Amino acid sequence: MSLYIQAIVNGVLIGGVYSLMAVGLSLIFGVMRIINFAHGDMMVWGMYLSYWLFVTFGVDPYLSIAITATAIFLLGMAVQRGLVNRIVQAPHEMQILLMMGVALVMENVALMVWGPDPRRVNVPYALSTFWIGPIVFDLPRVVTFAVALILALGLFLFLKNTDTGRMIRAASDNRIGALLVGTDILKVFTLAFGVGAACVGAAGSLMTPLLPFSPSTGLFFTITSFNIVIIGGMGSLLGAFVGGLLVGVSESLGAVILVPSLKEIVSFVLLVAILLWRPQGLTGGRR
Amino acid sequence: MIGRAALGIAAAAGLLVLPFYVPSTWQNLLITTFYYAYLGQAWNLLGGYAGQLSLGHAAFFGFGAYVSVLLQMHLGISPWIGMFGGALLAAVFSQGVGYLGFRFGLRGFYFILLTLAAAEICRLVALHLSILGGYTGIFIPFKPNPWQYQFQGKIPYYFIALALLAFGSAVVWLVQRSKFGSYLVAIREDEDASEALGVDTFRYKMIAYGLSAALTALGGTFYAYYQFYLQPNTVLNINHSVDIMIRPIVGGSGTILGPVLGAFLLELLGEFSRTYFAASLAGLNVAIYGVLLIVVVLFLPRGVYPSLRGWLRRVGGSAE
Amino acid sequence: MTLLVAEGISKSFGGLHAVQAVSFRVADGEILGLIGPNGAGKTTLFHIISGFLPPDRGTIHYAGEPLAGLRPHDICQRGMVRTFQVTRPFQRLSVLENVVIGALQRVPHRRDAIRIAEEMLALTGLSEKARNPGHGLTIADRKRVELARALATRPRLLLLDEVMAGLNPGETDRLIELIRRVHAQGITIMLIEHVMKAVMSLSQRILVLSYGQLIAQGAPAEIVRNPQVIEAYLGEGYAELEP
Repeated sequence: MSLYIQAIVNGVLIGGVYSLMAVGLSLIFGVMRIINFAHGDMMVWGMYLSYWLFVTFGVDPYLSIAITATAIFLLGMAVQRGLVNRIVQAPHEMQILLMMGVALVMENVALMVWGPDPRRVNVPYALSTFWIGPIVFDLPRVVTFAVALILALGLFLFLKNTDTGRMIRAASDNRIGALLVGTDILKVFTLAFGVGAACVGAAGSLMTPLLPFSPSTGLFFTITSFNIVIIGGMGSLLGAFVGGLLVGVSESLGAVILVPSLKEIVSFVLLVAILLWRPQGLTGGRR
Repeated sequence: MIGRAALGIAAAAGLLVLPFYVPSTWQNLLITTFYYAYLGQAWNLLGGYAGQLSLGHAAFFGFGAYVSVLLQMHLGISPWIGMFGGALLAAVFSQGVGYLGFRFGLRGFYFILLTLAAAEICRLVALHLSILGGYTGIFIPFKPNPWQYQFQGKIPYYFIALALLAFGSAVVWLVQRSKFGSYLVAIREDEDASEALGVDTFRYKMIAYGLSAALTALGGTFYAYYQFYLQPNTVLNINHSVDIMIRPIVGGSGTILGPVLGAFLLELLGEFSRTYFAASLAGLNVAIYGVLLIVVVLFLPRGVYPSLRGWLRRVGGSAE
Repeated sequence: MTLLVAEGISKSFGGLHAVQAVSFRVADGEILGLIGPNGAGKTTLFHIISGFLPPDRGTIHYAGEPLAGLRPHDICQRGMVRTFQVTRPFQRLSVLENVVIGALQRVPHRRDAIRIAEEMLALTGLSEKARNPGHGLTIADRKRVELARALATRPRLLLLDEVMAGLNPGETDRLIELIRRVHAQGITIMLIEHVMKAVMSLSQRILVLSYGQLIAQGAPAEIVRNPQVIEAYLGEGYAELEP
């Protein structure tokens, strides 16, 4: 029994990062209706950057968040400005193919630079744990969860209380209306994509102490993000957040109930189940 | 008209004698080109004509490869027969995935995700099944025997690949001129409007999917007996699905020449990068594919062939 | 003879009652108008009749047979075809090919389908534009392609959704004429319209929908004098005014 509770706890802890990751995807979709196929790869680039800073300069991944978030933020804005902007009006298939192209480039550039072998970051306190009753709490996981929560909260506050944030929300809710009141929609799109990317870049830093990763991990994160966002409702930030916790828990429980090496299968089967169970019209009311 | 027919015949004749006069590396290049062009035709039926983008065609390819190999290795059945077994199973699998997708109204992005998930599930399952070789893969023993789809030298494979391409192109050509083909294109353009005009969109999408899957599987059998090694991470992974779909997309989805042109272009590009980036960094090829996808989407959304045709028409003013 | 019988049709979307217990009949060979303020549920009703939406409650019988559970293409095969409020031409196909798709419903070979399509193009005055692509057409032409395409399926019952919208007076008159000619060939027509001139001159009977409910039905002359209809369109207070 306590095995399951442990799995749930671990699932919630990792779910925090998943939530942050998914919130980024949801933001991008909510504002621009673009499905960022390269989302997981952006996260992996964040992880490689964090890894490099750690290995070269000894910077703790939790401290390098600011750098990775900024770097991926800029990358996101560049991708949006240079590529996505040109196809905002294009049919959806074209948008998907474009982002697929970006994903392929990102994954394989990482492959060329870093090679296929998995990397890990071993922070000095990686093995620190503490107990509450029979449940073990991994220090890195707890810190990751806490920071992810704080960042997500920060994002919500930013969107709710700042002018820029309100502009983004307005454009997300009602693009035409926002245009009518003079919003520079292009700037909002670029910013939103950047912020969404920054979320996932930060998530990358947070994930680095927890898992080994390689270029192909990107696809796994992308699929997980899609899973979460489809469950939570495309475009709903709160839904993405809750969904992240849910997916983290189900993944963790799945690893306990099934052979751990089948973890990846679980996420794909989950995806199929979600696709079928959530008829298109009900995905958060947006499409 | 006569000029074009004569050109066609000359080209065909040229293709038939070509393999005897070129070195082995060229033969391999041509075989690879024909074979990917054929796979592109198969993918195109569903993706270009019916407008349902599939990111999971590697799965059908895998059915063709693995089923024929298993039938041969365990039951001694010739791959010439086994390949139809693979095609049949691939078609059945496609109907399963198609049913889930089309009955539940998954379109566009959601359908792509479904096809991707289906292929990945196949890959992960294959990695865990020892009968399919697991992580080590299956080595197919080389015992040349035309009845067992194994040949000495490259020339027989050249002709098989060419025959596959001719066959695949013929199938697409026949579909294109038929009521079935017209309906597929209508579905691509606007599914609801097609329904309103009496098109049973579910049925036609399923047929297209099945046909596309079966054809792709035949290509898988060819691959198995040309490369002699099957491993799920090469045969069934997403990169392979991308390999299959990128040629028709770049060349021109929804046309017959598109996949062929796309295959030639990408083969040339591959040769170019192999020659000048001799270190051949793993991943460079696929990174280039990514760049190509981006370029095509931004500048040549209908693919190289239709854009070329349009440009030639404007420049030359010739009638089609 | 009654061609279509709808009884007790209701449809809600969450809290929005789009259609509430609507019942009506369409007689074979008549032209029936369907009017009502925006958001009254007219297009939703068309979606339900043509099989795109299942009703929450109610039944529909066409030519004596129930339509429950039939997909739109089945319904089209039985002779009921609809056009869309926002035209949906097949963009990358030529005008001719657009209509051929409709014609293929009735004939198996493209040869024959092309022949039928050309007839329909002639009927709708689009023969010269047969090779034009489906995108980039003027709105009047788009409406005509939509109509030609639907006619090519050789319908018994034609559902037209705001086919006059966006046309100038000259185009409107020509389209009214065209619909009369189509009707003269024996096709029953039900049309949703906002352009009063068209509805009044074409319809033999009119149904009025407001907030999902059928508030009136009858001959055009009666409808315009019906106080509930006037109220629905113009608001309270107008019903008491002298005409």
